[in-house]
Amino acid sequence: MKEAKGIIFDIKRFAVHDGPGIRTTVFFKGCPLKCWWCANPEGQNPDPEEILSLFNQDSEGNCTKEIIGREVVAKEVMNEVSKDRVFYEESEGGITFSGGEPLLQPVFLSSLLSLCKEEGFHTALDTSGYAPKDIFEEIIDNVDLFLYDLKLLNEEEHIKYTGVSLDLILANLRYLCKKKKEIIIRIPIVPSITDSSENINQIGSFVSKLNCISRVDILPFNKMGEAKYRRLEKPYMLNNITPPSEGRMNEIKKQLEAFDLNVKIGG
Amino acid sequence: MNERVSKLRSQSLNAQPTLSLERALLLTNFYQSGKADEVSIPVARALAFKHILENKKLCINEGELIVGERGPEPVSASTYPEICTHSLKDLEILDTRKKISFKVDEETKRLTQNKIIPFWKEKSIRKQIFSIMDEDWIEAYEAGVFTEFMEQRAPGHTVAGKKIFQKGFLNFKKEIKESLEKLDFQNDTNALQKQEQLKAMDIAADAIILLARRYSEKASDLAEIENNEERKGELKKIAEICTNVPANAPRNLWEALQHYWFIHLGVITELNTWDSFNPGRLDQNIYSFYKQDIEEENLTLDEIKELLQCFWIKFNNQPAPPKVGVTAEESNTYTDFCLINLGGVKEDGSDAVNELSFLLLDILEEMRILQPSSMVQISNKTPDDFLKRALKIVRTGFGQPSIFNTDAIIQELLNQGKSIVDARNGGASGCVETGAFGKESYILSGYFNLPKILEVTLNNGVDLRTGKKIGLETGDAADFESFDDLFNAYSKQVNHFVDIKIKGNNVIERLWAEILPSPFMSLLIDDCIEKGKDYNDGGAKYNTTYIQGVGLGTITDSLTSLKYNVFDNNIFTMKELLGAIESNFEENESIRCQIVRETPKYGNDEDYPDEIMQKIFDVYYTAVNGRPNTKGGFHRINLLPTTVHIYFGSVTKATPDGREEYQPLSEGVSPVQGMDIKGPTAVIKSASKIEHLKTGGTLLNQKFTPQFLADDDGIAKLAYLIRAYFRMDGHHIQFNVVSADTLREAQKTPEQHRNLIVRVAGYSDYFINLGESLQNEIIARTEHMAS
Repeated sequence: MKEAKGIIFDIKRFAVHDGPGIRTTVFFKGCPLKCWWCANPEGQNPDPEEILSLFNQDSEGNCTKEIIGREVVAKEVMNEVSKDRVFYEESEGGITFSGGEPLLQPVFLSSLLSLCKEEGFHTALDTSGYAPKDIFEEIIDNVDLFLYDLKLLNEEEHIKYTGVSLDLILANLRYLCKKKKEIIIRIPIVPSITDSSENINQIGSFVSKLNCISRVDILPFNKMGEAKYRRLEKPYMLNNITPPSEGRMNEIKKQLEAFDLNVKIGG
Repeated sequence: MNERVSKLRSQSLNAQPTLSLERALLLTNFYQSGKADEVSIPVARALAFKHILENKKLCINEGELIVGERGPEPVSASTYPEICTHSLKDLEILDTRKKISFKVDEETKRLTQNKIIPFWKEKSIRKQIFSIMDEDWIEAYEAGVFTEFMEQRAPGHTVAGKKIFQKGFLNFKKEIKESLEKLDFQNDTNALQKQEQLKAMDIAADAIILLARRYSEKASDLAEIENNEERKGELKKIAEICTNVPANAPRNLWEALQHYWFIHLGVITELNTWDSFNPGRLDQNIYSFYKQDIEEENLTLDEIKELLQCFWIKFNNQPAPPKVGVTAEESNTYTDFCLINLGGVKEDGSDAVNELSFLLLDILEEMRILQPSSMVQISNKTPDDFLKRALKIVRTGFGQPSIFNTDAIIQELLNQGKSIVDARNGGASGCVETGAFGKESYILSGYFNLPKILEVTLNNGVDLRTGKKIGLETGDAADFESFDDLFNAYSKQVNHFVDIKIKGNNVIERLWAEILPSPFMSLLIDDCIEKGKDYNDGGAKYNTTYIQGVGLGTITDSLTSLKYNVFDNNIFTMKELLGAIESNFEENESIRCQIVRETPKYGNDEDYPDEIMQKIFDVYYTAVNGRPNTKGGFHRINLLPTTVHIYFGSVTKATPDGREEYQPLSEGVSPVQGMDIKGPTAVIKSASKIEHLKTGGTLLNQKFTPQFLADDDGIAKLAYLIRAYFRMDGHHIQFNVVSADTLREAQKTPEQHRNLIVRVAGYSDYFINLGESLQNEIIARTEHMAS
C-alpha cells in the first residue's frame, strides 16, 4: 500500500488547550472556511506558501521569506507524535489533529488516526465540521473526542464571516451525536461578530437540545494571529476589535449555563 | 503573619549586610595567647571555638522566640582569617561592589591591617593551597578550566540527620567517653590521633552548651528588666529552654527548633562551611515534637506557625560569608544554600508527607525570604495534592521550592554503595547535591569548564584567551580526519585536566584534615565519634568528593556543530570555523547563521545532538567516577553551575555552537539559552537521556510565564511534566516564572528567547511569535500578576 501523504504546517508538542492532558497537535494545511478571526491564517491555503521570516533579514534589513507548510508521510508524523508517549501516559493526554481543517485531507487523516489507535493514543479532532458526511463516517471510529466549532447560527452571517453555509456543519454535528461520540463545542467569542446575546442564545438552545455535548468551551478572541497575517502579507480584518473583557466572558458563560450546559472559558 | 513576625521579617530584609571582625579577633587573641601551642591541632581548634563562644557578644532581638546570631547582630557576617585573610583591597571590594556587598567600617579596616593581616597572612589555608599547588594546577585554575571550592571556604556540604534531634550534647559527651575508653594504644597505631580528636570533640560539645547557658542567663537578665508581662514570660521561657538544649535532647517543638539553631550557629562559627548547615528533612525530624505539642495542647496551631516563622527568619539573618575572587564569581549570592527538604519517603520506604509538610509549605510561602531555601521531594508514592500545593508556591515566581525526585536520589545513593535506609533518609542539599543526611561528607571540590576544554582541544593545548599552553598537544584541529579523531582528542584533554584537578584535591583534602579539623561538625555526623576521626579527615560514614561539570548544553551544541557542519555535511571546513571563532563570528556571519539556525541542538529531543551529549557525559563520568579521595571515599560527578556559567563564559572565547566570546555558558543540564524550540516535553526528553542515576545531582531549569500557571489546569499540566521527567529518572527540575523584564528582553533579542511559551486566555504560543501589541499586553499583564 502506498503510504498516505499530507500537507501540514506545524507539529506542536506540549499542546495543553486542545483536549485533555498533555498533547501533541498536528496542524493540517488547508481550510474550506475563511473566518475573519482565524488565528492560524497559515492553515487556510492548502499548499505550502511563502511567509516572512521571523529572524532572517537580507542585507537591507528586510525580512527574508521562508516556506510554511510541507508534505509529509504518515510515518514521519507518527515518529514525531510518538516522542511524547510518556507525557500522554502521565497526563491521559494524546494527539490532536487541527489546522486548517483536517477533514480536507481525509485519506491522510484517516491513516494517521488508525496508526494512533494502533499505538493506543487518545485522539482528538479539532474541526469546523464542514466536510461531507461520508468523510465523518470514515474516521468516526478512530476519534475519541471531537472539538467541534460553532460560530454563528445565523446562516447569512455565517456565510459572511466564514465563507460557507451552516447546514452541513449542523447536520454533521447531529450525526456525531447520534453515534454517541464525545463532543466539546468551541465557540470563538469575537466582539460584535459572535458575541451577541442572540447568537449565544441560539447556540445554547441548539446545543442543549442535542443532549450529547460534554462541555462548551468559549474562547475569547485574541490577536495571536495578527502577526501571522502581516507575515503572510494578508489583510487583517479585525484591527479594530479588542478582546472581550473577563466580565463579558463570565456573562456569556452564565448565559450558556442557563441552558444547563457545562461551560468553560478557554480550552 | 502576625505583627511580631512581620517586624522581625522586615528587620531581616531591610538590614544592610555588614562585615564583623568579632570572630576573627577572638580567634586571633586565642592563637596569640600561646595556648594553642601547648596542645594538639584539633584540641587547639576546639579551644579556639570555645573561646569564641565564651566571649562573643550575645544578641536577643526584640520579640524573637528563637535566639542566637552568628555575628554581634543580625545580617552581620563573620570572617575566617585562618581560611582566607582578606586584604584591605578585598575589604574595599566587598564594601563597594554593586552586588552582594558587605559594609565595612573604618575600625574594621584598621584592625584588619594591624591585627588580622600580620598574624594570619602567611598562615591562612588559602595561602598554603596556592603555594603548594603545582604549575599545571595553577595554570588550569587561572585559565578558568576549573575552580577550587576549598580555597576560601571550608568543606561542609553536609546535612543534619535525625540523630541530632534525638540527642543532646551530653549524650555525645558520653559517646566520646566510651570511644576514648575503647582506645587501644597497644594495637592501634592511630590511637593518639584519635584521642586528640575525641578530646577536641568533647571540648566543642562543652563550648556549645556554654553558649546556650550564656543565652539563658542573658534571657533571664532581660526578663528581669522587661516591663511587658507577656514578653517577660517569653524571655523566661527562652531562658529555661536554653538550659535544657542543646545539652539534652529537646522535649518539645520550641526546644527542638532552638536546639537545632544552636547547632547551626556552632557549625557556621567553627568554620565558614560551604552550604552552611541544614536541618535536612525538617518535616520528618521535628514531626514527633509537633504532634505531641498539638495532641497535648501545649501549643496552638498559630503558636506553632509563629515559632516556625521566627525560626525561618534566623536563617535569613545569616548571609553567606563574604566571598572574593573566583569564589565570588562562581557563587555570587547572599544565600548560604541551606535547603530544607520536605516530603520524600520514610526509612521504611513509605510516603513521608504529613500535615507538617503542608504547614511548612504555608510557612515558606508566607515568609517569602531568600533563606532558608526549600525543596520538595517527590517520589512515585507522593500524593498529587502535595506536589500541586508546592507548584502553587512556585507560580508566585519566588523560585522556591525546587522539585526533586526522591526515587532518583535513592538510586543515586544506592549506586554509590549506601544502605537502603541511609538512602531513604537522604535528600538533596545546596543546589541539587545528593547526600546521605547525617552520615555523609559530600564535598563539592570545584566546577569544571567543559567548553573550555574543547577550546583547548581545538587549539592543540593552547588557551586561546591568553595564548598559554595549558593542555596536551593532541594535534592540529585542521588535521582531524573524522569526528572520532576530534572527540578522542577532546577526551584526552578532559582526562588530562581531571587528573590535574584530582591531584589537587588529594593535596587540598590533606591540608584541611591536618590544619583545620572541625571537631564541632564531627559531633554531628556519624561515625566521627565512633571512629575517633575528624569530619575533614574521613570521619563520616561515607566520604564523597564531587567535581561539578558545567556547560553541558554549550559543549554538546559545539561538538554537534562540528560533527554536523564540518565532518558529516561539509558545510564549512574546520579552518573556516576556527577563523570565524577567532574573529568572534564578526567576519563570518553566514557561518554563525548556519550554526544557530540550521544545526541540530540539544534540548529538542533529537537523537543527533543528544547522542553526542551522552558521549560527553560518558567521557566526563569515566574520567572522574570512582577515583579515590584521601578519606576512604571516591570522586563522583554532578552537573550544576550556581553562577559559575557566567564566570566560565567570561574566560571562554567564542564556541563552535555560535556562542559569542565571553558570553555565559549554558547552565546545569539545561539547553543553551533559547535553543530549545520544541517546548518543555522535548527539553525533558533530551535531559532524560542523561544518566542521572550515575551522578550526585543535576539541575534543570525551565521557564514559564505566570499566566500559564494561573489556573488549576496549568498546575496540573506542570505536575504531569514533572511526573514524566521523574519517571525517566530526572533528578531535579525548577521553574522560573519569568518576569516582565525577561519578556521585554525577549522582544529585543527574540532569537535567545525562542523557548518562552506564554498563554493568552485559552491559547498558548511562543512569545516571539506574537505581534508586538499582544506582546506588550502580555508584558503588562505579567507585571500585574507579579505584583
